[in-house]
Amino acid sequence: MNMIQAINSAMDVMMERDPNMVVMGEDVGYFGGVFRATAGLQAKYGKTRAFDTPITEIGIIGVAIGMGAYGLRPVPEIQFADYIYPALDQLVSEAARLRYRSNGDFTAPITVRSPYGGGIFGGQTHSQSPEGIFTHVSGIKTVIPSTPYDAKGLLIAAIEDNDPVLFLEPKRIYNGPFDGHYDRPARNWTAHPASEVPAGHYRVELGKAATVRAGEAVTILCYGTMVHVVASTVEELGIDAEIIDLRTLVPLDIDAIEASVKKTGRCMIVHEATRTSGFGAELTALVQERCFYHLEAPIERVTGFDTPYPHSLEWAYFPGPVRIGEALKKILKD
Amino acid sequence: MDALRANLPPLSLHVPEPKFRPGDEADFSDVDVPPAGSARRPDTADKADSFHELAYTLVRVLDENGQAVGPWDPKLDPETLRKMLRSMALTRAFDERMFRAQRQGKTSFYMKSTGEEAVSVAAAMAMAFDDMCFPSYRQQGILITRGYPLVDMMNQIYSNSADPLQGRQLPIMYSAKDHGFFSISGNLTTQYPQAVGWAMASAAKGDTRIAATWCGDGSTAEGDFHSAMIFATVYKAPVILNVVNNQWAISSFSGFAGAEATTFAARAIGYGIAGLRVDGNDALAVYAATQWAAERARTNQGPTLIEHFTYRTEGHSTSDDPTAYRSAGEPTAWPLGDPIRRLRDHLIALGEWDEERQAAMDRECAEDVKRAQKDAEKNGILGHGMHQPFETMFEGVFEEIPWHLKEQQQQMIAERKAAGI
Repeated sequence: MNMIQAINSAMDVMMERDPNMVVMGEDVGYFGGVFRATAGLQAKYGKTRAFDTPITEIGIIGVAIGMGAYGLRPVPEIQFADYIYPALDQLVSEAARLRYRSNGDFTAPITVRSPYGGGIFGGQTHSQSPEGIFTHVSGIKTVIPSTPYDAKGLLIAAIEDNDPVLFLEPKRIYNGPFDGHYDRPARNWTAHPASEVPAGHYRVELGKAATVRAGEAVTILCYGTMVHVVASTVEELGIDAEIIDLRTLVPLDIDAIEASVKKTGRCMIVHEATRTSGFGAELTALVQERCFYHLEAPIERVTGFDTPYPHSLEWAYFPGPVRIGEALKKILKD
Repeated sequence: MDALRANLPPLSLHVPEPKFRPGDEADFSDVDVPPAGSARRPDTADKADSFHELAYTLVRVLDENGQAVGPWDPKLDPETLRKMLRSMALTRAFDERMFRAQRQGKTSFYMKSTGEEAVSVAAAMAMAFDDMCFPSYRQQGILITRGYPLVDMMNQIYSNSADPLQGRQLPIMYSAKDHGFFSISGNLTTQYPQAVGWAMASAAKGDTRIAATWCGDGSTAEGDFHSAMIFATVYKAPVILNVVNNQWAISSFSGFAGAEATTFAARAIGYGIAGLRVDGNDALAVYAATQWAAERARTNQGPTLIEHFTYRTEGHSTSDDPTAYRSAGEPTAWPLGDPIRRLRDHLIALGEWDEERQAAMDRECAEDVKRAQKDAEKNGILGHGMHQPFETMFEGVFEEIPWHLKEQQQQMIAERKAAGI
């Protein structure tokens, strides 16, 4: 399966198992979603379980919270993460706080799916990586898969989770892994081992990172599309890096991070999102606090620049092989 | 081009201004108050576009002589009327006492609903107990009508050891699922789309329960209001959307929410939703309108927007001084009177009530509230230290406490221990 099919399969499996699960969002019903993630669900489960919504992100999330309070398990879709901001109040002030403020009287067991990230010439409003806004919010979990296998297992785990989860899908790798070489022909998932996706139910536990490549020279923390860009760059440069795919940003797998950095003595963080106050800053602080005496070089961050996501300048902006390579040389110098 | 522009009259920006400011004499004689009984009552199966005029008039039942008149008279039995009167009186007594408790420093904050008791009490009585309410912060009358213990309301207000919300929430932000009362949020109108979602879920599951929500006139300006209206109409959600137009949003008069241009009920028309404008100080009109809207919802006729035309008699909250922005004479000049007095007069006119029984009931309400307060204060008041173990602040953020919160919890325990507290 490619990542779209895996995500679709996760929802299919869960809708089959749980009659309270509903999917909703702009164009998700009859049409099956602009990325086809919900294709076939309305035909199979009916219009009251997979339905199109008006174009109002406030409404989509607010209504999903109300449905959750009733006892349903809604999986709303925000068509692009760039368009999640109108719903920010409902997500931050309501979904994330409902359990806490009502002392468990009401909960918001919703999973908000949204395609995110760049590398597709999406310009300013189809490329953003807003995860840092949500990791800053107490009460919401943030999950980002990097392979079809993980996408399905993590999405099932997210839907089954009784807390609100933001599930960000790296749309650049929906159809195939991306190594950052935008000038080479696109690949599909077929050759990748993680495209082997079981048809039935399985979970990839939230809060657990994956070691994509074991190594001794440097620890690289990344997630989403960047996992593949980092892996390919490391391979090309022949560096013995340990690559950790975080998979869940909140709650974070701190044990995996700590063990790896203590082993390698070096830590590099790669994300597409802008740098200042991005999630990389939190990772930097955590590694600094916990691995200070093991560090042999300053922690490096390779991130998007602190600018809006540009259109024609995309490949200068994107943290691709060149930028990652330079940072690796720098961190390994000492 | 510039020469051409020079001949055009300059534009001017209109900034609304309330009719009366401090020092002015309040005069509401220009407020259009149609006679009781004059609004027609459509069949609940009628299409929303066949009674647009009801969004511009006032559904009123109680006339100047305390008589219930016209097609909207819900014809309630005296027992029900007395229960309604008592719930309203109890709400007012509760408000009085808790306002005073705040002034005495027993809690940090309070908000009264004085003059708006009919809006919550009569609506709650017209709904089924298990219909879900998504209130704003000024519908405490719903909890009182549904028999939620006064002492638990006070425990929440005092953030004490028996606070059902464990001291996490600002006073009056109650949550009572088993009384069909959704957790109150400080963020305005967020409950509106949530109520619609709850109602949609009920419909999707083939349930028979409906939802109702309340917001103020000021809050209708929020984007959530629009989103809720769109969802409600598109899916014909079984929901009652109440706008409590009490003329004021803190210091801003309703003109800043668009009231100079049209009524709040009229907003329903643009969405194709049934809209009613009701005398919010007429408990029987509120009851009848809610009952009518509930029947529409229960028979899959979809949502109803009800504007309750009322007046916020007191300050916005204990942190507010209304004499700083409006005429002190407004509450008494308000043409729709006091909802409790009007219902009392009606019962007296029916021969089902008298001054003595009223006085006895008022004493009884005051006693009930006083007794509850005494009980609640046994569990502590705000300012007497923490009533919940401090480590509980880390619970309930998630279903299970994740490592980073556990770590912060441990850190706090260690810090306090080291500091000797």
